[in-house]
Formats: sequence, C-alpha cells, structure tokens
Amino acid sequence: MTEPVLSVRGVVKRYGDHTVLDGISLDVREHEVVTVIGSSGSGKSTLLRCVNLLEELDDGQVLLDGVDVSDPRVDADVARRGMGIVFQAFNLFPHMTVLDNVTLAPRVVHRVPREEAERNALDLLDRVGLADRAGGYPEQLSGGQQQRVAIARALAYSPRLLLLDEITSALDPELVGEVLALVRELAEAGRTILMATHEMGFARQVADRVVFLDGGRLVESGPPEQVLGEPVHPRTRQFLRRIIDAGRL
Amino acid sequence: MTSELQRERLAYKRSRSRRSTLVALLSTAVFAAAVGVTVARAPGWPRVRQSFFNVEIAWRSLPAILEGLWLNLRVLAVCGVLIVVFALVVAVLRTLRGPVWFPLRVLATVYVDLFRGMPLIILLYLVGFGLPALRLTGVPNDFVVLGGAALVLAYTAFVAEVFRAGIESVHPSQVAAARSLGLGRRETMRLVVLPQAVRRVMPALLNDFVSLQKDCGLISVLGAVDAVRAAQIEQARAFNFTPYVVAGLLFVLLAVPTARFADALGRRVERRQGGR
Ligand SMILES: Nc1ncnc2c1ncn2[C@@H]1O[C@H](COP(=O)(O)OP(=O)(O)O)[C@@H](O)[C@H]1O
Ligand SMILES: [Mg+2]
Repeated sequence: MTEPVLSVRGVVKRYGDHTVLDGISLDVREHEVVTVIGSSGSGKSTLLRCVNLLEELDDGQVLLDGVDVSDPRVDADVARRGMGIVFQAFNLFPHMTVLDNVTLAPRVVHRVPREEAERNALDLLDRVGLADRAGGYPEQLSGGQQQRVAIARALAYSPRLLLLDEITSALDPELVGEVLALVRELAEAGRTILMATHEMGFARQVADRVVFLDGGRLVESGPPEQVLGEPVHPRTRQFLRRIIDAGRL
Repeated sequence: MTSELQRERLAYKRSRSRRSTLVALLSTAVFAAAVGVTVARAPGWPRVRQSFFNVEIAWRSLPAILEGLWLNLRVLAVCGVLIVVFALVVAVLRTLRGPVWFPLRVLATVYVDLFRGMPLIILLYLVGFGLPALRLTGVPNDFVVLGGAALVLAYTAFVAEVFRAGIESVHPSQVAAARSLGLGRRETMRLVVLPQAVRRVMPALLNDFVSLQKDCGLISVLGAVDAVRAAQIEQARAFNFTPYVVAGLLFVLLAVPTARFADALGRRVERRQGGR
C-alpha cells in the first residue's frame, strides 16, 4: 500500500478552553476525493486550516507524503506549497488583475519567469472557462467566476493536495452549479481533494469517502452511500435529517 | 433614432438645468454683493484696506515671499517623502504579533502616543532650540533641517496611524489566502496587505498632506526664512500687514489642487466600492 498524500493523526486544536478538534485522524490517498460534512461550528474549517498550517496544532501531526509538516522545525511556507486551498470567500486579491492573482505564487514563491507563469496561468484560466477575463479585476466577476479563478490560482503551482472549504456556500444558488462542475472535472482528472461542503448531493456523486465531524470528533467515515444512506451513528442521522428537512438532500 | 417622447423629455430636462444654472448664478451674485456692501460700509474698512489689501505693497513684497515659499516647497517635498517611509515602518511595527517584536511594538506605540499628542509648536521649539543646546556632535544646527525634523517627527506619528487603520481594514482572509499560496510574512505584507491598505487610506493621506503644506510655514518660528518669515520681514519694513495676506493666499493656492485631487480620488473610491 502506498503512502497517503495526506495523513492527519490525532490532531487537537483549542481556542482558549474550547476544544474545537478533539483528536482527529484521517487519511487522503492519491486521486481520492474526501468530503467533510458536519453542522456549522463543528470544526470543518479549523481542520482544513490546520492541515494548511494556517493554525498551530495543540497536539497530533499532519503528514504530507509521509513528511511531518506540523513539526515546528519544518518551514511552514515551504510545506504549504504542496497544497492549494480555496476558502468560502475573500479569496482573490482585489488590487490585482485575474492574471496577476493566478501568477502571483508561481512568480514570487517559485521564481517562475513572468512570461512562462502567464502562459501557464492563461492555460489554467482557459480550463476554468475564464481566459477572456484575464485582464479584468475580481470585482468585475460574479461570485461563481471568482471562485473558479480561486481554484485556478490554487492549481497554478501544481499542488499535491487541494483543500476546498465550503467554496459554494457564499454563492447565489444559481452560481453553485458552475463551481461544483469544475470540482467534479478536477476529481475526474485524478486530483487529490479534501473538501468541506454542505452540498450532500454533490458529495454523494463525487466523493470517494465522506467523513462526518461532530463536536470536534470524527464520528463516522465511509463511502458516501453508507454515511449518507445508512448512517449508523445517531448524531449523523440527526444531522442528515436536519439537512433533509432544510431541503438540501 | 429617439422617440418623440424621449426627445420631449430631454428638452424638458435641458430647460430645467438651464433654469437651475441661472438661479445658482443669481443667488451667488446677490450673496457676493451683500458681503461686499457690508464690508465696504463698515466704518473701519478704509483703514483695513490700506493696511491689509494694499496692492502696491503686495506687489513689492511678492518676490521675497515667493523666494521663501520655494524653501517651504523644498521642505515639503523632503518631509513628505520621509514621513511616508517612516510612517509605513512604524505602522508595520505596530501590527507585528509575537513576543520577539514586543520591544519594537512598545517603542512604536510610545512614539505615536508622544508625538501625536504634542502641540507642533512646542515640538518645534524643543527640537529647534533644545537639540542643538545639547551640543552633541553630528546634530545639525541649521534651523531648516531642525524644523523639518520636527515636522517629520510629528507627522510620522499621525500618518502611521492612518496607515495602521488601513492595514487593519484588510480582511484577515486576504492574509490567509496569501500565506496559503506559500508567500512569507514579509511578501504578504508587501504584495497583498499594503497595496490594499494604502489605496483605502489615500484620501485621508492627501488630507494630511494639505495640512503639512501649511504647517511647513511653522518652521519660521525657528528663524528659517520661509514665506511666512519673509512676509514678517516685509511687514516690519512697510508697517503694513499686506505681505501676510500675500503669503496666506499663496499657501491657499498651493492647497487647492491637492484638495481637489483628494475629492476626486474620494469619489472614485466611493464609486468603486459602490457598484460593480
Ligand atoms: N480564531 C478563532 N478563535 C476562536 N474560536 C474559533 C476561531 N475559529 C473558529 N473558532 C470556533 O471553532 C469552532 C469551529 O469553527 P469552524 O472550524 O469554523 O467550524 P465549521 O467550519 O465547521 O463551521 C466554532 O465554535 C468557532 O466558534
Ligand atoms: Mg466553515
């Protein structure tokens, strides 16, 4: 069995005396799409931020390709280059053109010459269907287009792992589809993805595995038809019933 | 091809706007006449006109005052650049987190508190007369340099706070987004946070710049022969206050373009934040 791309081992995160993550363990293998579900405040964003080393862990480890990147002796800036993350909102830099947004990391962090970085960026923007907007500014794009650019930007330096944190929950309903379609394409192209989402239908169709987070613990984990279809844990059932009542499944 | 209806509407709008222009012109003329008549009929007006608005003396004092103003402009240019640079440094120091930076952070905070609260005129005296009295080697005794230093000390504290407000107005997610791309702290500050912060506080900065333009005239209290001091010399020579009025008007003339520019910029920022 090969090494998982991402291995989260017993991660604990506290804010003050509030334990947000209470010993989370989770593997994501190459080409696997894992979705994290759970009610608001259950710690999904915190988990992704911990994986991306934007938060300091209070215990446990994050391993990327077998390397413990949560070790304080490891340069977090370097470790982050192996991952791309897209947040719910405020992803793009409003003072830069779409093209500069996408080329920033390659140029500044990876020292790719501008011309080459721009060629790659235009390629990526073409793939997310926005090459014609390269010279525009983020505020001239719809929310859905902005999120697609954010995804292109996260892909610009070919990360091993893509982290997506509820990237559709700040969007108008009619814009959700175009973003999810892009994620589905990436999944089909074999990207390794860890994704927090409220879109149960999407999780059911695209995820290889669904994990349910509750009260800082990983309560249930398995293939989508099992976790979403025949959940064994009472908390999972309760959560899914609420989702169904809200008309989201 | 516009419809009959639209043509009629446009004609109506044009006639309305012609009428408003006429009303504005008329009310301005009436107001100006009223002010003029009131002043001209004041019992002291002939004396005031003689000692404050004497055209001949104004003309005679103009070259000396202009020469002084040239000094103000040079002080303004040098101080303006130094203030922006130092203020950025102080602002960034104040936003640093972590125990390593504690002493620098405290120092920056104390500096801002001290120099923002101090009346500028007192600071000018302290720097201009107190510093040379120490007789330290290397301390210049040129009043222009000392006066400029006092202005830089005072305005850096103010402008640093403007910058800091701008830095703190940038959403934390922007920093997270930059860091997640692998940018270091310094690159994040330089490429992502500061450009947005500076853009946001530009109108406020220009306002402070107008204020600095006129405060440059305060170096005259140390004896530097700037526009204000030149006016004072001319006033003493002619026993007439007209040179002060000339100097004052020149400072106003200097401020008008910056003020209009600040207005235009403010409107543009508003428009950009308002709609797509
Ligand atoms: N920076 C922070 N400081 C204090 N508490 C936080 C912070 N970030 C998140 N939390 C808390 O951690 C919990 C989990 O938040 P989050 O990970 O955002 O949940 P989710 O993404 O599942 O909605 C919440 O109770 C939230 O209030
Ligand atoms: Mg969240």
